[in-house]
Amino acid sequence: MINFLANPERFTRVTRPLRPWLAGLTTALFVWGLYLCFASPEDYQQGDTVRIMYVHVPAAWMGLTVYAAMGVASFFGLIFRHALADAAAKAMAPIGAVFTGLALLTGALWGMPMWGTPWQWDGRMTSELILFLFYIGYVALHASIEDEVRAAKSTAILALVGLVNLPIVHFSVQWWNSLHQGDSIFVKGGPTVAPDMLWPLFVMVAAYHALFAWLFLVRIDSEILARKYRALRARLSFN
Amino acid sequence: MDLDMGKYVVFVWGCYGATAVALAALIVMSLRAQAKRRKVLEALQAAVETK
Repeated sequence: MINFLANPERFTRVTRPLRPWLAGLTTALFVWGLYLCFASPEDYQQGDTVRIMYVHVPAAWMGLTVYAAMGVASFFGLIFRHALADAAAKAMAPIGAVFTGLALLTGALWGMPMWGTPWQWDGRMTSELILFLFYIGYVALHASIEDEVRAAKSTAILALVGLVNLPIVHFSVQWWNSLHQGDSIFVKGGPTVAPDMLWPLFVMVAAYHALFAWLFLVRIDSEILARKYRALRARLSFN
Repeated sequence: MDLDMGKYVVFVWGCYGATAVALAALIVMSLRAQAKRRKVLEALQAAVETK
């Protein structure tokens, strides 16, 4: 499958019909999810601030998921020289950066009323900030190197180095004391969150995934178009 | 459906507002870049064909 989609023409032909469906699915899931976010009950301790969870948690999860996907794409690009791997990782990076930035921002806005502070240099928040910096570094490094092959190689190495940070983000609340709450969804014995609040959360998580899939296909198509343009220009100047 | 966030209005709506603005900007920028690149490529292809 990965080899089948390595051909840019074939990739575009296969994924083009999916784009409008993903746009529609994203819209429908966001409408449904947002309705559930404000129809769900307030928390007995946190009051209405619990509704921040429905945008904070999906953004934080997507920040990790997108970076892991970028790492896989970078690995395929670096080791197997997959034709679209660099384009895929490059297309994902700004999306992941926005998700991670939103996780940091909404976390700070949630922290203010609940912890009395928007920020603490603890394991979770610091490692999440480092994740954001890896995204920014990736985008900046790709933009700063003109030679496409060298840019792909350098950014792939950076992306793979950044993978080390993912388990630190995930397990930080178990390894160190923190203001940040511990795991409450994927825990032994099932989630500790009430079902009334789990549904809006899962629908919003699905909406964020659909949004990512749609934007990824749009951005990789954009990257393929840019590469075709550069190849055609290079051929013309050679002739 | 409850839209009154009481004393937490700034924090809750601040989060939803920032999320809406950031995601909308990401969507618009992605679609615009794609449309612009397609237009530029088509223009170059047309120029090559007319040569």
